[in-house]
Amino acid sequence: MDFEDSQEEAAYRAEARGWLEANAAPFARRNAELKADPCARLQVGKAWQALKARAGYASITLPREVGGGGGTPLHEVIYRQEEGRYGLPTDFFGIGLGMCIPTIVHRGTEAQRQRYVTNAIRGETVWCQLFSEPAAGSDLAGLRTRATRGGEGWVIEGQKVWTTVAHLADFGIVLTRTDPTVPKHRGLTMFIVDMKTPGVDVRPIRQLSGETEFNEVFFQAVRVPDENRIGNVGDGWNVALTTLMFERASAGKGLGFAGSPEILRLARQVDLGSGPAIDDQRVRERIADMWINEQALRLLSARALTALSKGEVPGPEQSINKLVEASHGQQAAYIAMDLLGEAGALTHAELGDDWRKIERSWTWGAAMRIAGGSDEILRNIIAERVLGLPGDIRPDKDIAFNQLSG
Amino acid sequence: MNFDFSPEQKAFAEQLRRALQKASPLREARACLEGSSRYSEPIWRELSELGALGAAVPEAFGGSGLSSFELCVVAHEIGRALAPVPFVSSIGLCAQALMRFGSDAQKQRWIPGLAAGRLIGTAACAEGKGELTPERLQTELRAGQLHGRKLSVLDGLSADLAIVVAKDPAKEPVLCLVDLHAPGVVRRPVESVDPSRPLAELVFSGVAAEPLGRVGEGWEAFDDLLKRAAVLIAFEQLGGAERALEMARDYALQRHSFGRAIGGHQAIKHKLANVFTRNEVARVHAYWAAWALATDAGELTLAAASARVAATDAFAFAAQENLQVHGGIGYTWESDCQLLYRRARLYALVIGSQFAWKEKIVRALETANAA
Repeated sequence: MDFEDSQEEAAYRAEARGWLEANAAPFARRNAELKADPCARLQVGKAWQALKARAGYASITLPREVGGGGGTPLHEVIYRQEEGRYGLPTDFFGIGLGMCIPTIVHRGTEAQRQRYVTNAIRGETVWCQLFSEPAAGSDLAGLRTRATRGGEGWVIEGQKVWTTVAHLADFGIVLTRTDPTVPKHRGLTMFIVDMKTPGVDVRPIRQLSGETEFNEVFFQAVRVPDENRIGNVGDGWNVALTTLMFERASAGKGLGFAGSPEILRLARQVDLGSGPAIDDQRVRERIADMWINEQALRLLSARALTALSKGEVPGPEQSINKLVEASHGQQAAYIAMDLLGEAGALTHAELGDDWRKIERSWTWGAAMRIAGGSDEILRNIIAERVLGLPGDIRPDKDIAFNQLSG
Repeated sequence: MNFDFSPEQKAFAEQLRRALQKASPLREARACLEGSSRYSEPIWRELSELGALGAAVPEAFGGSGLSSFELCVVAHEIGRALAPVPFVSSIGLCAQALMRFGSDAQKQRWIPGLAAGRLIGTAACAEGKGELTPERLQTELRAGQLHGRKLSVLDGLSADLAIVVAKDPAKEPVLCLVDLHAPGVVRRPVESVDPSRPLAELVFSGVAAEPLGRVGEGWEAFDDLLKRAAVLIAFEQLGGAERALEMARDYALQRHSFGRAIGGHQAIKHKLANVFTRNEVARVHAYWAAWALATDAGELTLAAASARVAATDAFAFAAQENLQVHGGIGYTWESDCQLLYRRARLYALVIGSQFAWKEKIVRALETANAA
């Protein structure tokens, strides 16, 4: 048992670190300077992605023939750890290269691979994933966006929601209902959609945090050629499962929530009436409770890396990662706010830039308990796939979608 | 990155698991509960024959010369099996203390017997209610003789020798080594929550005792001893938590209500998913502590306290929810739920409660994040 890189891993890390040292700084600086201007930041991001692709650090696990790095998942994790130290504009490409492009590589046609994959890896295109709908979240297969045959191809009508980077995206993969006369999982089909097609309307959503990272996307008579179909008609659910598998694989990157260093600093500064808060046993017990989850996240990620290092798929411990991490964000933020007493209700505008991390833990912690599989869905997954308990009763299972009520 | 036990360590675990299954540990635990024995002698012998007790003891002292990783594996399997044996007292507390602080003569005299399971050791620390502090310590080592009363001592009735936390006439804490068969030792069984791991009161009236380790460093040695034992106890707790989850899962698949197996209802599914989550959190902390123990890493203090707190929490939660999933039948004397429920509570208290161990976490964090 150890926490060290193997020789091969250490060599890869050293190489990646050397390359980043030689190249990353100017991009990181521009990224910080342009914080308030996403469009300008995107241009920096595209240039960075192109540079990475030339060096083999973009889409590391995809084959070299399509422009990837031809490496292993472990290489990818090591590179990500090293790149993560710099604050680079990589956020525009996470969905596309993490989920959409791997789906096309694994489930798309040769023509689709030729046309979309390499330029996406080089950062020339931004992609979004159009799955969730206002009435289909956890129950994704209950989605209502219709695709009907029309002319040479298909016509899409409907609405998607929570679509990250849709406002900047060139393309998206969209899951649609093509046959409402069969039970819900069987009537779905996936398409590639050009986001500049007439009838695609992207509207940003203002979140609880005040930020806008997600969008609503409306489809009004959007024409899509049949060559944009991924997989067979009616096989969209299986294609979507491929996409979601990649989502899980890219999860657990660390959300940057507050933890013991921030909380200890605060607890040393503030006074709860009888001296520094750090000497208060109520505070100390909450710090200990928080620490257990905070450190468990680091250790869980070490377990996942170990599995990858042995060429295995990370085990069930990974299914609990997001459950622990999102709640940890809320837990850490609550302690920080409680430490400040009434002033804990103030924002970074009053409390200074350091406080942003606490706010982010508070708001994004709540978001992450829902996004990418809600806590409740994850508990179902653990219960069914890890513990082997029976699936839920699904009254809609064998009923044609258009016969369902509600 | 290799944050896992080695294939050899896993094979050893598998071997232990099979041997323990064969030895009917639940029946043995129930025998203790009914008062017909203090620990399972057949299982203790079996563990000795498999080299489990002396796994981390050097060959020169009759052990197998492996590492404390193997000791963690043994504790984990004992915990899973709920085997009623004095492993944490004899090996986790007593043998570890002797290996760490004993003179050559002390090691020669006691360790071979402990490693072979011929002798049983323990540590006598607490003196009644509340947490033991250097100031409140009453037991005294005076001119080579021990005076005082320890309540309660795990396996105190079965033990042949004990590490006793005492003070010298200058009120300096000191660890000392006592042959419990010596004149002046009075032992009294005390009723406790888990008779399958029995407690005792020990009274010392001028008992011959020798110091273990250097005078003046007794409290540091005691602290060190506790954190090393805490790692092994955490593995027993983790094993118990896993066993509780399995028992609950099996029952949830077998028991039907409202027209289906109760394990199909989300109230049960989500409950058990929560148990699984806490168990996995406890597992990674225990593994981290195993690494810190085996490599004597600087993080040992923090890792051991974290493993202790996470495992205590996981075992308590798993045992309590296992009983809950069983419903009324889980509350009967015949049900095995009580064995887990009792063990979880006892192990949450031996070597100190969550209050003490959470405090140790925060102290270590303060050091790690110096102001």
